Amino acid sequence: MTAYNETIVKDICRRFGNERSRMMDVVKEVQTSFGHVPNEAMDAIARALSCPRVEVQSLVSFYAFLTERPKGNIIIRLCDDVIDRMQGFDRIADAFKEELGIGIGETTTDGKITLEATPCIGMCDQAPAALINDVIVTNLTKDAAREIVAGLREHGDPQRLVKRLGDGNNAHELVRAMVVNNVRRKGDVIFGEGKPSDGLKNALAMSPVEVIRAVKTSRLRGRGGAGFPTGIKWEFTRAAKDETRYVICNADEGEPGTFKDRVILTEKADLLFEGMTIAGYAIGAQAGILYLRAEYVYLRPYLEHALAERRKSGLLGNKILGHAGFNYDIRIQMGAGAYICGEETSLISSAEGFRGDPKTRPPFPAQKGYMGHPSAVNNVETLCCVTRILERGAGWYAQMGSNGTSGTKLLSVSGDCKIPGVYEIPFGITLKEFLAMAGAEDAAAVQVGGPSGQMVGPAEFNRIICYDDLATGGAIMVFGPQRDLLWVVSRFMEFFVEESCGYCTPCRVGNVLLRRKIEEVRAGKCDPAAIAYLEDLGQTVKIASRCGLGQTSANPVLTTLKNFRPLYTARMKENEAGMQMTFDISAAVRDAEIIAGRKSANF
Amino acid sequence: MNEKTVTFIVDGKEIKARPEQTIMKACDEAGVYIPRLCAFKDLSPFGSCRVCTVKVNGRPQAACTQPVGEGIVVESQTAEIQQIRRNIIDMLFVEGNHFCMFCEKSGNCELQAMAYRLGILAPKFPYMFPVRGVDASHPDIFIDWNRCILCARCIRTSCEIDGKNAYGFIGRGPHKRVATNSSAGLKGTDADVSDKAPANCPVGSLMYKRIGYAVPIGCRLYDKNPIGSDIEMKKTT
Repeated sequence: MTAYNETIVKDICRRFGNERSRMMDVVKEVQTSFGHVPNEAMDAIARALSCPRVEVQSLVSFYAFLTERPKGNIIIRLCDDVIDRMQGFDRIADAFKEELGIGIGETTTDGKITLEATPCIGMCDQAPAALINDVIVTNLTKDAAREIVAGLREHGDPQRLVKRLGDGNNAHELVRAMVVNNVRRKGDVIFGEGKPSDGLKNALAMSPVEVIRAVKTSRLRGRGGAGFPTGIKWEFTRAAKDETRYVICNADEGEPGTFKDRVILTEKADLLFEGMTIAGYAIGAQAGILYLRAEYVYLRPYLEHALAERRKSGLLGNKILGHAGFNYDIRIQMGAGAYICGEETSLISSAEGFRGDPKTRPPFPAQKGYMGHPSAVNNVETLCCVTRILERGAGWYAQMGSNGTSGTKLLSVSGDCKIPGVYEIPFGITLKEFLAMAGAEDAAAVQVGGPSGQMVGPAEFNRIICYDDLATGGAIMVFGPQRDLLWVVSRFMEFFVEESCGYCTPCRVGNVLLRRKIEEVRAGKCDPAAIAYLEDLGQTVKIASRCGLGQTSANPVLTTLKNFRPLYTARMKENEAGMQMTFDISAAVRDAEIIAGRKSANF
Repeated sequence: MNEKTVTFIVDGKEIKARPEQTIMKACDEAGVYIPRLCAFKDLSPFGSCRVCTVKVNGRPQAACTQPVGEGIVVESQTAEIQQIRRNIIDMLFVEGNHFCMFCEKSGNCELQAMAYRLGILAPKFPYMFPVRGVDASHPDIFIDWNRCILCARCIRTSCEIDGKNAYGFIGRGPHKRVATNSSAGLKGTDADVSDKAPANCPVGSLMYKRIGYAVPIGCRLYDKNPIGSDIEMKKTT
């Protein structure tokens, strides 16, 4: 790492054409050079990109993986989601703290190593896990933690901590990760057999409108969670009047408990890029962007390599497969640690070089998306389905699945189950059938769709996994009878508090208030009136929030109030004395005690 | 008036509007007031405070950003929506440190006025008492972050009216705050006493110095008529 030097900053800006829209990349490179984004660098970046300085600070201060203050050359980020916590986060964290002699959020006195906690890094099936700079370490134990610290002290190279490589492309020379795929069940779509490029060839033999019609006939719906019909989205994007259009693939897989896109990116990158190319042809786009979450940066060299190979084979670039007039390429945009960027308009803001604030709708991305041009934003899995639909036919696809929902779905399963991992299942099976597959028959509760989804109990296990009943973006978190579900709710609320962008009032403030009340319920400080309080507050957050994050952030509270109400009432007692039960007199006089320099005589 | 118009319903009342208008703009012209804090005349809509939340054909939307549409049915003054608005105002009060009794903005403050209009006497949510600072480095203007409600009116005014970029948001979630376009604080920016930005702050967060009590309490903007009266009095028929 070098000392601050303005020439380096200028060079970096120049490499990105002094483009304001590439500020994410500029800032990341600057941080790579200096270990952080120093004050002077912000001024220099602002000058080079011709924008106000506060916009640089706005961006840097927004993303968890960017920093204005110096940190260690090595940053250990322990994944602290609910599943990792169930599988020993505290033990592992203690081992790291002990070995390093620091707490979470601190840097060793020699300035070399920083210890942090981070939300789900997409490794719940091999938890506890951590990110060490760009390197992922999984299945951590106390001994492994000690070895890691010793290794880092000795050689300082996180990559050398990877002793055994994972399966499939995890062992590829450009990946070299200890991550494993844990593909437990292969279906006919994502993990089905197919001939590379057949989908694209078939698409190019059709007119773009016919391609869109095929996708509509297949009844494919968005796999990210919202379930919008893909063909209709493309139709809108194509219909928007503009010369320039974009395909954006949302690979910002941040919903805690979801890791299926990671497996697709590792094993089926070409299937995805082919789908992105078909999408580009269908909507009339010249460029595609893969927005990849920062946690998956270890896959980037491999993905860049896959793109380069496609260019060499004429599958990207000018006149794709000899098709005159179809020029299309794909670039990768890295994220920087923000769950909100999985929301499509936030993702666009981020890809444009801004903080990841959602945009006002209308206009929708299909009308005015990336850089103001019509953009189709699709999930990784959705685009893979597209390739298969064009390869094997819309009719073939549409007959799979349930009545209302065609095709298959990848589910990422973790928690209290015997066989965690990724399952490709046909839509239409019951949750119960699925839990049996994953070895989770004794589940007491299942979080379907991650924290933004719903917590369901055994009474709901006969519900059907499809868009019309139990919809899910892919996360299934299993909780056994031994788990304290209100603790889970409290962890989920903590997650939303940290990940709210802060743009709108209900999400920014409401989630803090919900978390606080849940803590009071857990501490036995509430009377039954707290239920109405939580419902009223939760509904306000749900109804009044500006984007999908806020609109779903109260779900952990609202769905457990609905499906697990006795857990709440059991911790409440009637307030017969009429006292304010949450009032803590010793906490209330604490500041006064500090000022007075003595303990209160009465309290 | 040969322009194309659309007709829609707000709380049972029929309103005519131009198709490019937002629900809020159309309602303003018709003398129907929808409570708001971040929306402000002459500034682009922002949609952050969510006080103007209405239901459009049953779906929640922000009236300040949602366009009108032929035949849409808008609910605004329903018990459910008013409760949501009160909750949002409550949230803004407990999120910052708002001491109306000795705030120089009292009586001219839109947050305070909105609370009165919606019938709030004290917040029902617990105060957060955040530790926030003040930037008094500039000779003529100051920022008191204790009172900021993150409506971006200073940011938008500086950019859209004053032709500057003196302010911007930094941080995220509960840590979000308004920052100045200089590491030296307000004095390092081109903010000036002639700027409109301080005048457009709805609360006592961005203020001109030395005029705090020029108008005595009791004679201030919202002391006599509730906020929104100007729009409601515009009613032509």
